Amino acid sequence: MKKVIVLLFATILAFQLAGCADKEQNSDTVKVVYWEKWSGFEADAMQAVIDLFNSRKFTNKDGKLIHVEMSTVSEIDRRLLTAVAGGNPPDVAGVWTWLVTAYAEKGALLPIDDHLREAAITEDRYIPVFWEICKYKGKMWGLPSTPASVALHWNKRLFREAGLDPNVPPSSIQEFDEMAEKLTLIKLPGQDKAVSFYELKGKPDHEDLLGQGTIIQMGFLPSEPGWWPWSWGYWFGGELWNGKEKVTADDPGNVKAYEWVKSYSDKYGVDNIKKFSSSFGTFASPQNAFLSSKVAMVREGVWMYNFIDKYATGMDWDAAPFPSDGGKLKDVTYAEADILVIPIGARHPDEAFKFISFVNTQEAMELLCEGQRKFTPLKNVSEDFYARHKNPHIRVFRALAESPNAFTTPKMVIWQEYLREMSFAYEMIRDLKAEPEEVLSDVRKTMQKRLERELEMSKRAEERR
Amino acid sequence: MTKEEKRELIKGILFTSPWLLGFSIFVIYPVAASFYYSFCYYSVIQPPRFIGLLNYKDLLTDPIFWKSLWNTFYFVIFMIPLGFVTSLSLAMLLNTKVRGMAFYRMVFFVPSLVPMVAGSILWMWIFNGEYGLLNNFLIKMGIPNPPNWLVDVNFAKPAIIIMCLWGLGQTIVIYLAGLQDVPVALIEAAELDGANWFDKLWNITIPMISPVIYFNVIMAIIGSFQIFSQAYIMTGGGPQRSTTFYALYLYQTAFEDLRMGYASAMAWILFVIILLLTMAVQRISKESVYYHGG
Repeated sequence: MKKVIVLLFATILAFQLAGCADKEQNSDTVKVVYWEKWSGFEADAMQAVIDLFNSRKFTNKDGKLIHVEMSTVSEIDRRLLTAVAGGNPPDVAGVWTWLVTAYAEKGALLPIDDHLREAAITEDRYIPVFWEICKYKGKMWGLPSTPASVALHWNKRLFREAGLDPNVPPSSIQEFDEMAEKLTLIKLPGQDKAVSFYELKGKPDHEDLLGQGTIIQMGFLPSEPGWWPWSWGYWFGGELWNGKEKVTADDPGNVKAYEWVKSYSDKYGVDNIKKFSSSFGTFASPQNAFLSSKVAMVREGVWMYNFIDKYATGMDWDAAPFPSDGGKLKDVTYAEADILVIPIGARHPDEAFKFISFVNTQEAMELLCEGQRKFTPLKNVSEDFYARHKNPHIRVFRALAESPNAFTTPKMVIWQEYLREMSFAYEMIRDLKAEPEEVLSDVRKTMQKRLERELEMSKRAEERR
Repeated sequence: MTKEEKRELIKGILFTSPWLLGFSIFVIYPVAASFYYSFCYYSVIQPPRFIGLLNYKDLLTDPIFWKSLWNTFYFVIFMIPLGFVTSLSLAMLLNTKVRGMAFYRMVFFVPSLVPMVAGSILWMWIFNGEYGLLNNFLIKMGIPNPPNWLVDVNFAKPAIIIMCLWGLGQTIVIYLAGLQDVPVALIEAAELDGANWFDKLWNITIPMISPVIYFNVIMAIIGSFQIFSQAYIMTGGGPQRSTTFYALYLYQTAFEDLRMGYASAMAWILFVIILLLTMAVQRISKESVYYHGG
C-alpha cells in the first residue's frame, strides 16, 4: 500500500518536472521571450521589426540561432513585478519610462553598460533626452524603442471661425489664454447666435450671463484630456525636485502654473465647466472633446495624430510647441519613451541585448517608429523617413524632443506616490477647494518625508552590501 | 493509540492532505508571511528587511491612511443599515403571495450575477451628469439641478452606496429563506390576539430570523470594509480622494508603489478593526439572537 502511494507521488512529481524542463537544451535555437505592452497597430509595428530580426538569422556566441517571440502583456508593470519576484521573467520587456527608475532602484533590472561598450553603442547616437531616460544612478538600464513628445494641437477650422489666424500658434501662455477666450462660445437663453467669452467678459454681469447660458465650445481646458496634471510647472520654470534629496512641489514656478490652472476655473466657473465636460466621450472615441471640435486646443503627444486619423478623418489641425509663461522658455515639452529592458533573472541576457541593439539600428528603429507613427530617438534619420511618415507634423515633435527644455518623468523612487499626490492637488486647485500655494506646500511636506524615508532605506541597503 | 487507530489516523490525514496542503500553502503561509512583512521594508522584488514597527509608526502620521479609513467608515456606517433595511424589506415583499413571484424574485437576484466590472461601467453611465439615466429621471421628477454624481466630492460616496444597494440579491435570498422558516402558527396565533402588521414584524418575524440577520450583518461588515472594485473602476479614488477607500489605498501602496511591507501593516490593521467589530456584534448577539430549537 505504502509503496503504491510513494510510487504515485514520485510519478506525478517526475511528470511535473519534465513539464517545466527547458526544452531548448537539445535544440539549436535560443528563444528570446519579449513582452510588449502595446496591442493593435503599435504591436504590429514591433512584430514587423521582430520578423526582420528573425529573418536575419543572428546567432549567439555558441553558434545557436536567436529567435525572438513577442507576447502582448496588459498591465506590464504588475505582471513584470510578479514575474521578476517569482524568478521567471521574460528576456526583454518594453516598459514605461517611470518604471526604469522604480525597477532599477529595487535591483530588478540588469544594467547594460558592459553590453553597450562591447557593441560600441554610445550616447552620441541618441537625442540626449532619450539616452538620459534610460540612465539611473550613473548606469544604463535599457535602450529606447519608440519615443514621444507633447505639443499644442489646435483645430484650424475653429480658429478661422473665431477670427484667428489658423497658421499662427500662440507664443506665450498669456496670448494663448486670450485665444482660448475667443474660442470659447456660450449660448445665452433666447439667442440664436453663440457669443464668445472674449466678448461676454466685457459686460458687467458676465458671470450671471455665463451661469444662465450654456458653454458649447471651449478654447482650452487644463483638464482635457488632463494627462500629466503634475507637469504644468515646467512651462512656468518650475521643477518638482532638485534631482537629489529635495522635493520642490511649491517652488514659485509651480505655484504660478497652478494659479494659471485655477484661473480657468475662476474664469469659466467650476460648475459650468463640469456641465460642459460631462458631454465628452472617452478619449479613444469620436466623442473625444478635441476630435469632436468641442475643445479647440489640447496639449497632447505625438500619438494624437493616430486618433485624429481614426476618429476625425479630414480634420484640419496643426501642432506647435505648447507656449510657456511669457514665452520665456522656448520649446518646452514632456518627453518619454518606451524602454527595452532586461529583467534580472532573464535566461538569455546576451541574446536579449542582441535583439535590443538590433531594434536600435537605424533601419529597425525607422521601421518601428514609422509603423507606430512616431519620430525616431536616433540622431541620424534617413531622408525618406519624413517623406514616408503619415503624421504631417512629425518634425514638430522631433524638434521638441531635441530642445534643451525637454523634460522627462522625474527619476524618483517615490514617483507613483508623488504623481497621485500631485493629481490630488491638481483636483483641489481646479475645483477651487484650495489655494495652490497651500496645497502644493502640503504636497512638498508629505513627499519630502516619503523621499527621506526611501533615501534612508536605500542607504541602509547599500551599507549592508 | 492502538496500531489500528494509528493506521486510521494516517489514512485520514492522507485523504485530507490535499486540502491541508492547499490550506497551508494558500492561507496559513500568506497570512503568516504578511504578518512578518508588516514589520519589514519589502518591495516584492528585493528580499524583505526587518525594520520593526516603522511601518505602523509611519501609518499613524499618513494623512491618506486616515482619509481612507474615514471614507471606509463612512461607507460602512451608511451601507450596513441601508443594506439591512433594503434587503429585508425587499425580501418581505418577495415573500408575499402574489402571482408571478418567481419572476420578481429573479428580477432582484439578477444584478448580483452581473460581473463587478460590467456593473461598474454600467453605473458609470447611469451616474453620468449629462446623459445619465438617473439624472434624467431626477429632472423629470422636478429636480432641476441634480448632482454630477461621480465627479462631485459630496456625491461620489453616496453614488457608490447606491450602486452597492443594487447588488444585494444574495442577501435578499438569504433573508427570504429565513422568512420562509418563520412558523406560520406563531403568526396566526398573534393575528388571533389582534396583533397588527408592525407587532408581528417586531415580535415574531425579527426575533425568528435574528440568526439570519446576525449572519448577514457580519458578512456585511466584512464585505463593506473591503470595498474596492467599484471605486477602482468608477472613480479611481477621486474626486479629491473622496472614494479612496482603505482597500484601494492598500492596493495602491502594494502594487503601484511597491511598498508591500507598508501595505501588509495596513492589512493587519484592517483585520484587527474587522475582528473587533465582529466581536462586538457577537457580544450583542448573545442577548438578542434567538435560536429556536437550539
